[in-house]
Amino acid sequence: MAVPILKQGSFLLVAIQDELTDAEWHELRNELLARAGKLRSRGVLIDVSAMDVMDSFATRMLDGIARMLRLRGAETVVSGVQPEVAFAMAQLGLSLPHTGTALDTDDGFEELRRRTGRVGNDR
Amino acid sequence: MTAEATVPIKHDADILSARKAARQMAARLGFSSTDLALIATAISEIARNILVYASRGEMTFEEVSEPHRRGIVVVARDEGPGIADVEQAMQDGYSTGRGLGLGLPGARRLMDDFSIESNVGQGTTIVMKKWAR
Repeated sequence: MAVPILKQGSFLLVAIQDELTDAEWHELRNELLARAGKLRSRGVLIDVSAMDVMDSFATRMLDGIARMLRLRGAETVVSGVQPEVAFAMAQLGLSLPHTGTALDTDDGFEELRRRTGRVGNDR
Repeated sequence: MTAEATVPIKHDADILSARKAARQMAARLGFSSTDLALIATAISEIARNILVYASRGEMTFEEVSEPHRRGIVVVARDEGPGIADVEQAMQDGYSTGRGLGLGLPGARRLMDDFSIESNVGQGTTIVMKKWAR
């Protein structure tokens, strides 16, 4: 698995370190859906601060993952979108309608706690 | 000095190689980090278009120097089915493939110059430029 998925209490944390190939995106999606179900996670935080490009494919993959997770009872928050990445995404007309967003992972967990109404990762 | 790099686009991993090659060249030319992101994103969208619509093609990156400015030229070529109605394909949200229909009009917004020539049955050539500020 190219992207490690870490358990943080009742949440999962994914830090995307590299640009992912299509196959790696699909693997991440499948793995996240499986892990979130198995561990009964209520929220998933996906940190993208290391990504220097988020094109329409990556954005659609992320939002699709969030849609699927929500259908399984888990919320998704994306943290760390870099300012220049946000600029390019806005120019392209891209958004993440099915995820929450946060500046960094601290705020991301806060947003997940708010969205899921539970203490979450402090166990 | 003129530098040039060509990246064949055949598999999705080639999109990452194309982005990387262009980013290295653009960084050397002194583009801002915002411009680097815009260039890399535009290349990503166009490379994805090649894969989805033409299956294969290539992208060439070249430094251009004019008396008062320097920039990068991106040429994307494929010998795919071509685009019957280029004007329609340049509209936001228009797509015949699996995409969001953002590729061509999106890339045009991200770059300074954008031109496209397409012939049905022969292929498509896109030339995009960005000038370092």
